[in-house]
Amino acid sequence: MAINIPQTTVNFTVKGTEIRMVLQGHLDCIHLGSVWRQTFKFLDKNSAENVVIDASDVVYCDGSGATLFAKVREKVKGNMQVVGLKKEFLPLVDMFELETLAPLPQKSKVSIIEEIGRATHSILKDLREIITFTGELLVAIFWAMKNRRQVPWGDTWINAESAGVNALPIICLIGFLLGLIMAFQSAVPMKQFGAEIFVADLIGLSMLKELGPLLTAIVLAGRSGSAFAAELGTMKVNEEINALVTMGLDPVRYLAVTRVIASVMMTPILSCFCCLFALMGGAIVILSLGYPLVIYMDRIAQAVTITAFLAGVVKSVAFAILVAGVGCLRGLQTGTGAKAVGQSTTSAVVSAIVLVAVADAIFSVVLFALGI
Amino acid sequence: MEPIIKVKNLTAKYEGHMVLDSLDFEIHRGEVFVILGGSGCGKSTLLKHLIGLYAPFSGSIHIDGDDIVTASQHERKKILRKIGVMYQSGALFGSMTLLQNVQMPLKLFTDLPPDAIETIARCKLKLVSLDAFAHHFPAEISGGMQKRAAIARAMALDPQVLFLDEPSAGLDPITSSELDELILQLAESLKITFVIVTHELPSIYTIASRVIMLDKRVKKIVAVGSPHELRDTSEDPWVRKFFKRGKDE
Repeated sequence: MAINIPQTTVNFTVKGTEIRMVLQGHLDCIHLGSVWRQTFKFLDKNSAENVVIDASDVVYCDGSGATLFAKVREKVKGNMQVVGLKKEFLPLVDMFELETLAPLPQKSKVSIIEEIGRATHSILKDLREIITFTGELLVAIFWAMKNRRQVPWGDTWINAESAGVNALPIICLIGFLLGLIMAFQSAVPMKQFGAEIFVADLIGLSMLKELGPLLTAIVLAGRSGSAFAAELGTMKVNEEINALVTMGLDPVRYLAVTRVIASVMMTPILSCFCCLFALMGGAIVILSLGYPLVIYMDRIAQAVTITAFLAGVVKSVAFAILVAGVGCLRGLQTGTGAKAVGQSTTSAVVSAIVLVAVADAIFSVVLFALGI
Repeated sequence: MEPIIKVKNLTAKYEGHMVLDSLDFEIHRGEVFVILGGSGCGKSTLLKHLIGLYAPFSGSIHIDGDDIVTASQHERKKILRKIGVMYQSGALFGSMTLLQNVQMPLKLFTDLPPDAIETIARCKLKLVSLDAFAHHFPAEISGGMQKRAAIARAMALDPQVLFLDEPSAGLDPITSSELDELILQLAESLKITFVIVTHELPSIYTIASRVIMLDKRVKKIVAVGSPHELRDTSEDPWVRKFFKRGKDE
C-alpha cells in the first residue's frame, strides 16, 4: 500500500498587524528547506506585530521543525503563537530559545602589519627550533658514536631497509630515464657540431657531481622524509613520545638518530645507483648514434675525476642529514589531531626540498672556490 | 510498544570464527536499550552490524521496517538517515570546529539555507550545553565535551535511533553521570530511541529501560530484561555475578 506523504508547504495571510502562517506536511530537516526560505522572505517583506502559526495539518515535527518556530519567535520578538499542533509535538515548541544561545565570536580583522609580524615571528620561531634540534641531533649523533652498543641498531636496519633498499627500484628507474632523456636532448643539437660524443662528459659530470645526489635527495624527501614525519607525528598524537620521555628516553636519541644514521648510510649508495643507471641510459643513446661503448666509457673516465665523484658523495651525505633531520623535526613538532600529522608531512617535504636546494647552492660556491 | 529495530536470526562471523550465533531481539520505540557483556563477547560487533558497517553472515536487521542487510545503496542511505552514531572516541573531524562538525550532515543531506543550517546546528549544540564552544576545535575541548559534541553531530538530522558506543568510557564519574542525564533528557524530550553499548554498571542502572546480555562462551543472548530484574531474579549465576560486579552471593 502506498502511503501519501503530504507536501510540506506554507501559506500566509495578513490581517492588519497579524500574519497567519498555515503549515502543512513534514517539518523535518529533509522537507523544511523551501518552507524556511519562503517564511523568512515573507517576514522580511511584511512587518508584523504578531504571528500565528496554524500547524493543524503538520503531520510530523522534529527538532529542526522546532528550530523554525524558535527562529520565527526571535524574528517577531516573541509575539508568536502556535495553534493546532499535535499534542505529541507540543513539548518541542518551547524547546529552543535562540535568545539564550551563546553568541558566536565576531571575526576580528587582522591588519597587514599584524600579519607580517605574526609571519616573521613564526619564521624566527621555526628557525630557532631548527637550530635547537640541529644541536640536539649533533649531540645525539656524537653520543651514538661513543655509545654504539646503546644505539637501537634493529630499528636502524629497519629504517635503512625502508629508506634505502625499498627506494632502490624507483631511484634506478628515475636515474635511467633522466640519463636517457638528457643524452637524447643534448645529442641532437650537439650532433650539428659533430660533438655528440661529448654527451658522455655532460652526463658523467652533471650526474655524478650534481644531479645524482640532488635527485636522490628529492626522492628521499618525498618518500622517507614524509614517512619519518608521519610516523613520529602519529606517535606524538598517540602520546607515544610522551611515554618515551617519561621512561627517561630522549626521543631525539631514540627515534631521530636511528633514522638519520640509516639515511646517511643509504643515501650515498642510492646516489651511486642513480648515477650508474643514468650512465646506462646515456650509453643506450650513444650506442644508437653508432659509437662503441668503449669510447663512451673512456670519455666518462676522462671527464669525471675521483674528486668530483667524492664531492657528489659528500653532498649526498649532507642531503641525507638534512632530509632525515627535518623529517624527524617536523614529526616531533606535530600538534594534535589527524590534520596536524598531514601538515607535518607536507612541511617535512617542503622544508627538506628547500634546505637541499640551499645546501646545493652553498656546495656549488664552495666547490668552485676549491677548484673542484 | 512498537519495535523500531527487529533483529532476526543474526549470525556474525569474523575470519571464519563464529562471533554471534542466531540472535533474535527487538528494540522498542523510545526505549534506552543497552547491549551488555564481558570483554570480547561481540557487543561492538553487534553494534557495527546494527548500523550497517558489517554485513552479517546470515539473518536480517530491520530498522523502522526496512531491512538494512538487503537494502540497495539508495535504500540504505535512506535507512542511515534515520540513525545517528556516536563512536567510542567521538570521531569528530579534527580539522573542523564543533559547529562545522554538526553542520556537515545538514549540508550534505538537506536543501536548508545556510542560516537555517547554522541555527539548527547551534540548537543541537545547545542541547548538549556546548553552544558556547561552537567555534572550538575538538582538540581544544575535554574528552567528555567531545562525546557530547559527537552526540550533537549524531542528532543533526534528528534521527529516530541513536547508537552510542561506550559513551562513559574514560570519563570521570561526574561527567559520566551528566552524560547519563543528557541521554535521559534527550530520550524524554525528543523521543529518541537509544541503543547503547556500555560496561558501566552505574550508568546502566540509571538509564537502561532494557538490557540484553551477550555471553562469549555460547555467543548468544543469555539474558533480557531491566537491569534490576536481571540483578535480582536472573536464574543464570554468571548474569547475577556480572550485575554485582563479580562478587559471589
